[in-house]
Amino acid sequence: MFLPFLYELRARGVPVGTTEAVQLAKALSAGLHEQSLDGFYHVARALLIHREGHLDDFDQAFLKVFKGVDVASKKIQDELLEWLKNAAPIADSLSEEERALLENLDPAELEKLFEERLREQKERHDGGNKWIGTAGTSPFGHSGKAARQGIRVGGPGGGRSAIKTADARLYQGYRQDLTLDVRQMQLALRKLRTYARAGGDVELDLEGTIASTAKNAGELEVVVRPPRRPNTRVILMMDVGGSMDPFALLCSRLFSAAKKSTHFKELRTYYFHNCVYGRVYETERFTDPVRIEDLLHECGPHYKLIVVGDALMAPYELMSPGGAITYEGEERMEGISWLMRLRNHFRKAAWLNPEPPRYWEGNTIETIRSVFDMFPLTLDGLGESMAHLLRTR
Amino acid sequence: MSEFARFSGTTTYLTSPSLEAAVNCALALERPLLVRGEPGTGKTLLAEAVAASLDHPLIRWNVKSTTRAQDGLYVYDTVQRLYDSRFQDKNVGDIRQYIKLGPMGEAFASKERAVLLIDEIDKADVEFPNDLLNELDRMRFRIDELQEEVVATKRPVVIITSNAEKELPDAFLRRCVFHFIDFPTPELMADIVRVHHPDLDERLADQAIEAFFELRAMKRLRKRPSTSELVDWIAVLRAAGVGEVKLEASLPFLGTLLKKEQDLVAFADQLAGGKRWRS
Repeated sequence: MFLPFLYELRARGVPVGTTEAVQLAKALSAGLHEQSLDGFYHVARALLIHREGHLDDFDQAFLKVFKGVDVASKKIQDELLEWLKNAAPIADSLSEEERALLENLDPAELEKLFEERLREQKERHDGGNKWIGTAGTSPFGHSGKAARQGIRVGGPGGGRSAIKTADARLYQGYRQDLTLDVRQMQLALRKLRTYARAGGDVELDLEGTIASTAKNAGELEVVVRPPRRPNTRVILMMDVGGSMDPFALLCSRLFSAAKKSTHFKELRTYYFHNCVYGRVYETERFTDPVRIEDLLHECGPHYKLIVVGDALMAPYELMSPGGAITYEGEERMEGISWLMRLRNHFRKAAWLNPEPPRYWEGNTIETIRSVFDMFPLTLDGLGESMAHLLRTR
Repeated sequence: MSEFARFSGTTTYLTSPSLEAAVNCALALERPLLVRGEPGTGKTLLAEAVAASLDHPLIRWNVKSTTRAQDGLYVYDTVQRLYDSRFQDKNVGDIRQYIKLGPMGEAFASKERAVLLIDEIDKADVEFPNDLLNELDRMRFRIDELQEEVVATKRPVVIITSNAEKELPDAFLRRCVFHFIDFPTPELMADIVRVHHPDLDERLADQAIEAFFELRAMKRLRKRPSTSELVDWIAVLRAAGVGEVKLEASLPFLGTLLKKEQDLVAFADQLAGGKRWRS
């Protein structure tokens, strides 16, 4: 039965439930899978998976549950043997060794050999370690190569077996917990848009016109209203240099996505190094400093603050006054205090961290997480952070 | 479960086993089929192929950013009615003449089974798919102005395409059979080219396909060319009588393949550098 498979999918975070199970049962009872594992793979994928981000999880779960099954699966085996028989007449395109194999053995012996080989391989597979991540460990892989050549030549062209398809993990690129490109970021940022009507009355309000015309006993009365305009103001602060260098490409993508987004009423971008102390900068080369005091004065609490940084530094840089030795006077305040000051000023703020969440314990990230709500800089994380910024308390 | 017509591609539309399985699931379970994939991989053509192979009429609903769910069901032309009321040359009491069925309403009202294509559903507002849930589930809706209900006697085959630009709501996704169209392998691509250009010179086809996949492998491209662009490109090559395409030389009619200025610059850069631009 396919229930263990559904639980395996759930364990991988693919949301399958009763609806999907019932659908799949219906499809199977209608014979859509044509009694084959390949058919089952395609039918199950169409019904259980709803977004391409889960295709890779599906392949992995399929491998885990059905890996051993394919060899035992009578139908597929029969097909293979059938192909093998067909292969003999086209021996020209086989290598010397393969031709020798085909010529020297009569079909019955060949079948036996092939079955043996399959069995051998199964044993080796089951005895070996798990398959996840190592591409190309197909059940008919390496040592069955001679037979496979024959199959490929004689077979009706390019029919990949389900296990092979799953094993190739073609959909790895569509996983959503991986990092992302500009377009995807733009779309994620687009979630932040909210609108307000502002400016001159230039748009025809159809409903309003109808309502007031009706009130006016049928004499036409045209109502106009101001058009909808974006109403979100965003401050984007980015950590650059040092430990952020490995993520420079990712950050520049986020930056260009934000810059390209036209749905913000205002977007301010600033840079800082390591941690915010007293000032942020308008350029990546740390020229044109802006004092935090002035920034907070200019920007009200309704701005949404997005900080991008790995939040990794030496503890003293965060915790001791004068952690950043370049500043004097009033700016001799701990980095963490500056961060708290920023956080407390704005109603909504989020911290995007390019470091994977598994490194978020036991370092300065943990401290900063107590101040800012932190999200990983992945498509999922970005989406979550946008939802977080929009949530009204 | 009742018997249903199976879909297995047409002479001009090549399918894969997984696509066929998805279409047949949608047909058997009477659920909408959601097709996603890169632009130009034949999502819209699929609906045409399904309609042609099952011999059902195809009703298209091209979704735009301003499209509302209501538009698909019916539109009540209040302004026309208001206007008519001032001249009294029509019977304004008859509301029926001001109700126009949208594409979805038409598909429901159709006497024979229809194929309804909801094209590029992700173009519309984020809430758009949610507004369609009930109608897609029950295949019926109510026209309030007439106090009437439109019920589909033959449930239409619904095919929905999406460019994967926007996340669709979970509740909506759960009701659909999902298929993601992969980018074709070079072998399948050769078949597709042959279907579109049956009498094409074998050598030119191979060269064009090779050049095309090399081009797609370039990492610096913002918008990678897809199937429909290759088919167009070959059409242009043939029309201009080009008999040979060389990878190293600059490609003729590059504009059909690369649509962005930056991409053309990137391509020229790689060529001018004199090194292999495959990296």
